[in-house]
Amino acid sequence: MAEISLTINGKKHELDVDPRMPLLWVIRDMAGLKGTKFGCGISQCGACTVHIDGKPTRSCSYPASAAANKSITTIEGIGSEATLHAVQQAWIDAQVPQCGYCHSGQIMSAVALLENTPNPTDEQIDSAMRGNLCRCGTYARIKTAIHKASQKGKEHGITGGK
Amino acid sequence: MELQEENNTQALASGRRDFLRLAGLTGVGLVLGFSAKASGQKTSVVNLSADSAAVLSFELHPFIVIDNAGGITLINHRPDMGQATWQSVPMMIAEELEVTLDQIKIRQSDGLRKYGEQLSGGSSTVRTGWTRLRQAGAAAREMFLQAAATEWKAQKSDCYAENGKIHHRPTGKSLSYGELVEQASALEVPADLPLKAKKDFKILGKALPRPEIPAKVTGVAEFGMDVEVPGMLYASIERSPMIHGKVVSFDDTNAKKVAGVTQVLKAERKLPYKACESVAVLANSYWAALQGRKALKIVWDNGTLAEELDSSVYAAKLRAAVAQEAPSYTNLGDVSTALASAAKKLDAVYETPFLAHAPMEPEVAIAHVKEDGSCEIWAPVQGPDGTIEQVSAYLGIKPEQVTVHVPFLGGAFGRKAYLDFVLEAVYLSKQTKTPVKVIWTREDDIQQGPFRPAMLSSMRGGVDEKGAITAFEHTLIGESISGQVFGFFPEGKPDPWAGEAISHEESPYAIPNLKVGFTRVKTEIPIVWWRSVYPSNSSFGHESFIDELAHAAGKDPLAVRKELMKDDKRFLNVLTLLEEKSGWNKTLPAGMGKGVAVAKSFGSVCAHAFFVKKTATGLVVDRVVTVLDCGMYVNPDNVRAQTEGNIAMGLTAATKPAITFAKGKAQQSNFHQYQLLRMDEMPKMEIHLVENEEAPGGVGEPGLPPVAPALCNAIFSATGTRIRTLPVDLKKLV
Ligand code: FES
Ligand code: FES
Repeated sequence: MAEISLTINGKKHELDVDPRMPLLWVIRDMAGLKGTKFGCGISQCGACTVHIDGKPTRSCSYPASAAANKSITTIEGIGSEATLHAVQQAWIDAQVPQCGYCHSGQIMSAVALLENTPNPTDEQIDSAMRGNLCRCGTYARIKTAIHKASQKGKEHGITGGK
Repeated sequence: MELQEENNTQALASGRRDFLRLAGLTGVGLVLGFSAKASGQKTSVVNLSADSAAVLSFELHPFIVIDNAGGITLINHRPDMGQATWQSVPMMIAEELEVTLDQIKIRQSDGLRKYGEQLSGGSSTVRTGWTRLRQAGAAAREMFLQAAATEWKAQKSDCYAENGKIHHRPTGKSLSYGELVEQASALEVPADLPLKAKKDFKILGKALPRPEIPAKVTGVAEFGMDVEVPGMLYASIERSPMIHGKVVSFDDTNAKKVAGVTQVLKAERKLPYKACESVAVLANSYWAALQGRKALKIVWDNGTLAEELDSSVYAAKLRAAVAQEAPSYTNLGDVSTALASAAKKLDAVYETPFLAHAPMEPEVAIAHVKEDGSCEIWAPVQGPDGTIEQVSAYLGIKPEQVTVHVPFLGGAFGRKAYLDFVLEAVYLSKQTKTPVKVIWTREDDIQQGPFRPAMLSSMRGGVDEKGAITAFEHTLIGESISGQVFGFFPEGKPDPWAGEAISHEESPYAIPNLKVGFTRVKTEIPIVWWRSVYPSNSSFGHESFIDELAHAAGKDPLAVRKELMKDDKRFLNVLTLLEEKSGWNKTLPAGMGKGVAVAKSFGSVCAHAFFVKKTATGLVVDRVVTVLDCGMYVNPDNVRAQTEGNIAMGLTAATKPAITFAKGKAQQSNFHQYQLLRMDEMPKMEIHLVENEEAPGGVGEPGLPPVAPALCNAIFSATGTRIRTLPVDLKKLV
C-alpha cells in the first residue's frame, strides 16, 4: 500500500492503494467514477480509455503509481447532460450507442482524435478508433458522429473542444 | 414495488376498497390501486415521488403509474441490453395513453409476476407486446375519458385525450391525468379498448431519440458492473480450465497474504443441469480478489475431460453423423428418388464453429442472502422473472423472498439469460453472510462458456436437365440446446427449436422434393442460445447451398430465389426490393463479387446483398445492402441500428477466430485471440425497411442469419472459391 495523489477531472484524490493497482480500478472503485469501463484488462478493447495529460490511455493497463501528479480526465470530466461536449452531442444526434457499455471509451478516443485532428478523414478515424471494440456493432454511427462533431467544430471556429 | 404488492395484499385482507381485477385482455393481472384518501385512511398506493408525501401515485395497470401531481411512470418489463426496450415498451403504451416520451419516467420491472413474461430474448418484446401494451395504454386512456366526462357531466364522446390531458371538444376545457387519476382509478377497466390504426400513430413508427442515450454518453448510465451495495465484498473465482473439473485440494497461503483478501473458499457454479466446482477469493476490492485468485494453487481432478472437450474430435463426430437418417421438420416428395433421376447431383457439408458471446460487459452479479433467508439481487440479467425463479429454487426459498434489480446490460446476446454467474454470487453470499459482487474476467467469459454450439449442415440437392432445382435436403447436425441445458429432447424427433429459418414453413422454397431434419450429437462443451440461435449456424449451409444449386443450374442466384419464392408475397417482395436497391443486375467491375442470402427468423424476413472486392491485402467487404420486412415497427432508426449490429456480429462470426477446444481447454482467452470486427473492417451499409401493416416481427436477431451465406456467396462470385467451413480469413483470399 502507498499514499498516492491523483488529479481526476481537476479534483485531487489522496488515496492509499496498492501502487500496482491499475488506474481503472482506482478510478472506478476508489474515486467512485463508474463511467470508465472494464472490458478486457489487457489493452485490447478500449472500454477503459481515459486521458492522461490529454493523451488517450488504456487505464486497465496503467498502474496507479504511474499516474501520480498527472492530470487524468474521465468521461465524467468531458461533459455532463447539462454541459454536453460537442462529441457527446454528436453521439446523441447520430443515436450511436446500443448497449452503451463501450461508449465512454469510444468518446474519450474520439475527443482526443479531434483535439489533434479537427478534420479527420475516414482513414484517420479508422486508425484512431480501431483500438475501441464495440460488440454491438455501432462503428458506422461512431464514424458519422465524429464527422458531425468535426463539422460543428468547423462551423463554430473551434477545434474539438466544447 | 415489492412493498406495493404487499400493501395491496394487506389492503385486500383488511377489506378496504382496494381490489384486484383480472383482465384477460393483457394476460396480466390488472391491479387497480384505489386511494382510500377520501375516507381518511392511509392508502396502499405507491409513492414514487421523493419530494412530497402529499403526492399519491396510482397504479392504473402494472405498467402505468400516475401520480396526482402529474408524474407519469411507465414500466419497461424487458431488460435493455442495447436493443432499446427502454424506449420501445414505453412507446407502445404511450401511443394509446396519449402521452409524449418527454412526459414520462421509465422504470425497469423487478420480476414480479404482475408484469408477465420479462425475458429479453427471441426478439420478442415488440412482437408479444404490440397488442397487450397498447391495450394497457388504451385502458388507462378510456378510464381518464370516463372520469373527465363524469366530472364535466359531459358525453364521453365529446372528450378526447391528447398530451396527457383530457379535452372537452365543445368548451375547450381540459383536465390533466394528474387531476383525474384518483377518480379514474376507481373506475372499472373498460371492456372495449379501441386501438389506433397505423395511419393515426403519433409516435409509433417514428425515429424518436432514445431516452437513455444522454446517460450513456456521459458515463452516468448504471450498468450491472457499476452497482455497489453497502458492505459488499468482491469475488474473483477460479474455475477449472476444463470447466467440469473437480477441486481435489487448494493452497490459499499466498492468496491470503494479498492485502485486502478476507476469505478463500470452495465455491460452485451451478449450470442448469449440473454444478461445477471452483475456488473463490473474496476481498474488499476487485483488484485484491483478482490478485488473490492468481496466487491460488489448486489441484484439479479433470477425469477424462481432456479428451471429451476437444472441438476437432467433436467436428469429426458431426461428420460421422452425416450418414444417419434424421428426423425431419419438413419432408415433401421424395428427395432420394428425385436425386436418382437428377441431371446434376450435388452434396456438401457446411461447418460452423463454437463461439463466445463476449458482451462488452463481462458477467457480473451482486447477491445478498439475508439473515431472514430472503435474497436480494442486482445483476444485468435478461430476465428478472427467471432470476427470481432460479434463485428461489437454488436457495429453497419462496419466490416472494427474492428481489431483483436490473440495471442496464452492457450487451448480452443470450449469455445473460444463463444465470450461472448470478447463482455464483448467491452461493458466496449465503456462505459468507455478506453481499457479494462476483465479477468475471474477460478470460472467464471467453473460456468458460456457455458457447454458441458448433454445428454441421449436411446438404444434398439436384437439378434436372431443364435447370430446375428438383431436390433439396438439409440435415442440421449438432447438440440440442434444449437437450443439454434443460434436459428436454424428444427422442426420435428433431430438436424443438432448430427448425427456425430452415423448415419449409420459414424457408418456403417451392422445390418439389424437400427435406429438412435434425440429428443430435451430444457434447460436454456447455452451449446456449447466441444471437439468432440456430439460424446463426443453419442459414450458412442452407443459403450457400441454394447458391450452389443456382450455379449448377446456370442461373442467377437472386433470380432463382425469386422464382422459388414467387408464391410467398413477403419473401418475393423483399427479394425484388433487394434486387432493385442493390443494383443487383448491374455489371460489376473486375475483381468484385456479389452474394445474396435471405432468411426468415423470429417473425421477420431479412435479405442481404454483399459486395466484395479483391485487394492486395485480401478480400474486403465493400458494401452491404439489406432489405428487412419486420412488419410494423416501433422506431425505424433503432431497427436500422439493430440490423447494423447484426451485420457486424454476423461478420465477426464469419471472419474472425472461433472458439476451439484442445486438450480440454478453450484455446482463446481474450480479445487478442478471440478477435472482434474493428472499425476499419465495417462495411458501408444501406438498410431498407419494408412498409406494410403486417404484425410486428423481431428486430434484434433476424439480420444476422443471412450475413455469413451472403458474404460467402459473394466470395464465390469474386474468387470462385466456395467457403464451406467458418470462419474464413478474408486476408487470406487474394
Ligand atoms: S479494459 Fe482496458 S482496453 Fe479493455
Ligand atoms: S454499444 Fe454495446 S458494446 Fe458498443
